Amino acid sequence: MSDNPSTRFHVNGAEQTVSAEPDTPLLYILRNDLGLKGAKFGCGLGQCGACTVLLDGHAVNACDTPLWAVEGKSVTTIEGLSAEGALDGLQQAFVDEQAVQCGYCIPGMIMSATALLRREPQATGEQVRAALERNLCRCGTHARILRAIERAIHEGAGRTA
Amino acid sequence: MTAPVLPLWLNTNRRLDRWVRFDEDGRATILTGRVEYGQGAITALAQIAAEELDLDLEQVRIIGGDTELTPDEGHTSGSRSMDEGGTALRTACAEARAVLLAEAARRLDLPVERLQVEQGRIGGADRTREISYWDLPHRELLAREATGLVQPKPANRYTVVGRSAPRRDIPGKVAGRPTFVADLVQPGMLHGRVVRPPSEGARLLSFDEAAIRALPGVVAVVRDGDFLGVVAEREEQAVRARRAAIAAAHWQEPGLPVDADGIHAFLEAAQTTDTVIVERRDEAARARGVTRLQAQYGKPYIAHASIGPSSALARWDANPDRVEIWTHSQGVYPLVREIAQILGLPTASVVAHHVDGPGCYGHNGADDAAFDAVLLARAVPGRPVMLQWMRDDEFAWEPLGPAMRVKTAASLDADGRIVDWQLDLWSNGHSQRSGMVKTDYPNATLLAAWHLAQPVARMPQGDPLMAGGGGMARNGEVLYDLPNQKVVAHRVEELPLRVSTLRALGAYANVFAAESFMDELAQAAGEDPVAFRLKHLSDPRARAVIERAADASGWVPNAPSDGIRGRGIGFARYKNGYGYMAVVAQVTLEPDFRVTRVVAAIDVGLAINPDGIINQTEGGIIQSLSWTLCEAVRFDRERILSRDWETYPILTFAGVPEVEVHLINRPEEPPLGGGENPTGPTAAAVGNALAHALGVRVRDLPLTRERIVAAMG
Repeated sequence: MSDNPSTRFHVNGAEQTVSAEPDTPLLYILRNDLGLKGAKFGCGLGQCGACTVLLDGHAVNACDTPLWAVEGKSVTTIEGLSAEGALDGLQQAFVDEQAVQCGYCIPGMIMSATALLRREPQATGEQVRAALERNLCRCGTHARILRAIERAIHEGAGRTA
Repeated sequence: MTAPVLPLWLNTNRRLDRWVRFDEDGRATILTGRVEYGQGAITALAQIAAEELDLDLEQVRIIGGDTELTPDEGHTSGSRSMDEGGTALRTACAEARAVLLAEAARRLDLPVERLQVEQGRIGGADRTREISYWDLPHRELLAREATGLVQPKPANRYTVVGRSAPRRDIPGKVAGRPTFVADLVQPGMLHGRVVRPPSEGARLLSFDEAAIRALPGVVAVVRDGDFLGVVAEREEQAVRARRAAIAAAHWQEPGLPVDADGIHAFLEAAQTTDTVIVERRDEAARARGVTRLQAQYGKPYIAHASIGPSSALARWDANPDRVEIWTHSQGVYPLVREIAQILGLPTASVVAHHVDGPGCYGHNGADDAAFDAVLLARAVPGRPVMLQWMRDDEFAWEPLGPAMRVKTAASLDADGRIVDWQLDLWSNGHSQRSGMVKTDYPNATLLAAWHLAQPVARMPQGDPLMAGGGGMARNGEVLYDLPNQKVVAHRVEELPLRVSTLRALGAYANVFAAESFMDELAQAAGEDPVAFRLKHLSDPRARAVIERAADASGWVPNAPSDGIRGRGIGFARYKNGYGYMAVVAQVTLEPDFRVTRVVAAIDVGLAINPDGIINQTEGGIIQSLSWTLCEAVRFDRERILSRDWETYPILTFAGVPEVEVHLINRPEEPPLGGGENPTGPTAAAVGNALAHALGVRVRDLPLTRERIVAAMG
């Protein structure tokens, strides 16, 4: 194990150094080495979006992002949105709209929407749907998720995100 | 006078302290055998307990599904949590309150009828003297059996039940806090993966075990007959070892008796056990028939396709052997009984704790994963093993919702009234839940049990009894007032693919067929689909949901289609005894076929948590749209081919319509479940809307572009 090179990158603003095989999916590093369980394993194939995190501000699937690819970069996970303990505007909108059933896909949904709202604080409904097109939900919470994001946009969550 | 009859689960778990305990911090802990899987049951049960105990909702903690703590309530399934689970809990809490009040009355020297309770504080109207639940010797007082002699609170005095309560688990889930089984961490925890055969019945011919054992981080390679698994220090090492093991294993596959394209012909031609579900006869009415119609409908195998593959954590301790499991099973007690039986352990030596999992919608891989984790943990005693299935494990091995064929035939009289109705359905049984079928030899439903070197025989296929709503024949009978109605269930003996319960069981296909056929009959009678249904329906609650859905959707009677847009309605009363639901769907054919709007009305009696019911209903509608528009498990004569989200596509945001749910709350009626009502009516509404737009009907699910093009011929 000691043969593994160190990878340095930022997670939720803090610098991290981890030692693991360079092709290890970022998802396992976040969940097991850094204890950040918000991003979920859904498919391991980059198809479902349950593991979505931000890499230098862009939404990516942590399950098919190898560790070597994040060297020197900045990763934001769902835990990073409420770093001070309080939910951010988008997360709060999901609570206000009760936009959760099982909740397994929800962190990925929120991260994809966060990436969009940072880019487009006044995103249209069409832009929201397009941004979430690769995030699957099996419980059928879609209508509430759309309402929650709409609420967050209306309340200006994107401007402070 | 006969003794009062206790509610089902209170009768089998009579001790009051098995249901409610008072904690030192001014709160109460409610124990329920029900579990949460995103349907909101736990929040609604907390509301029921708070109501009966006169506590604020915030004073109630609740624990669901734990073999060391909670009552045994079997499986959380079939939309029965409010009806069965809620009734047992309500009765237990009402009786606990009465026992405590009797003691409070003695201590306060006040008649018990004069006492009032607020936030657990008990006193007379003037409140000059007070005592609380926590001041009383509650432990001793609740260490008794329920009598069933205490009447729960009447619905007109409810203050907590009937109001929308925010789900308790949502803040943690949106914050990304560890919530799910797969998020658990224990000291010294290892990671496991299973290596399943390529298809059912495949035998392991050869396997280079040493090569896998030599891989970095691998702690154990478990081989027991045709069961294979790996355990490693790190998760990615377990995944790599699994990948290598798949390449290193050679299997002999027996093949499948049929492929996906041939499944309906197969079901019809197969040997069956036939049961007449209902037969209502009126020969004079039948003789009035002048127009006869018949049709056949098809439903493919559908996957639960939970968004998270099944997971479980297990720790095996030796001397004496004991195993502890953290699982998202729907039934921890049946699970531990079966595991104990397979492994020859006393039941008390297998302990299971329910922890949240991804949504399951029925019997998926959750229980199988729990047993897999136990088998892996047994190889590394003392060290916890976290197992998660990979995506293809879930698709290829979860018990699927069975494929079905449904045929309908009916006659109309000269007044356009249905005088004769027959529905025949072909399917495998819809339940492989543990303990479902008793045999005079040990049987098992857990996948790995069939693969062990000393296998336990597979449980024969089972189907819930009609008394409980039925399985394959669920909602085969229609609620309409028909002088002749016959329903025959043809249970197919051969089982091409592993199947079990999926949300609403047979009701999805049966309601799709019956409600599609209602539209075909309406058309033959030259009548509007809404008016035609109302003409055959006297049940006022049934009429009310149809009228509400039609009104709210802006239904225009007899409106012709412009050839591009269409609208359709679907209705059912789930299990013919649970929730009423009517759905109107609007569709367009341009630029592509899509559902644009869905308006539904539901009546589930007393709505304990109205927003929870609406959330479940919206979800059920969208999931049914996904089944109806997109889903079919692919398989050939070798194996299941749907193994990921590309080979098993589901509905995405692009296809999600506007959804509007109208709740007709009836506080005076008993509460009925909400989770499963939408599946059939939604499918029928979409099929009918498509037929309205297109002028021709697609009768085989899913309603894909290829089928639409073929129907347009």
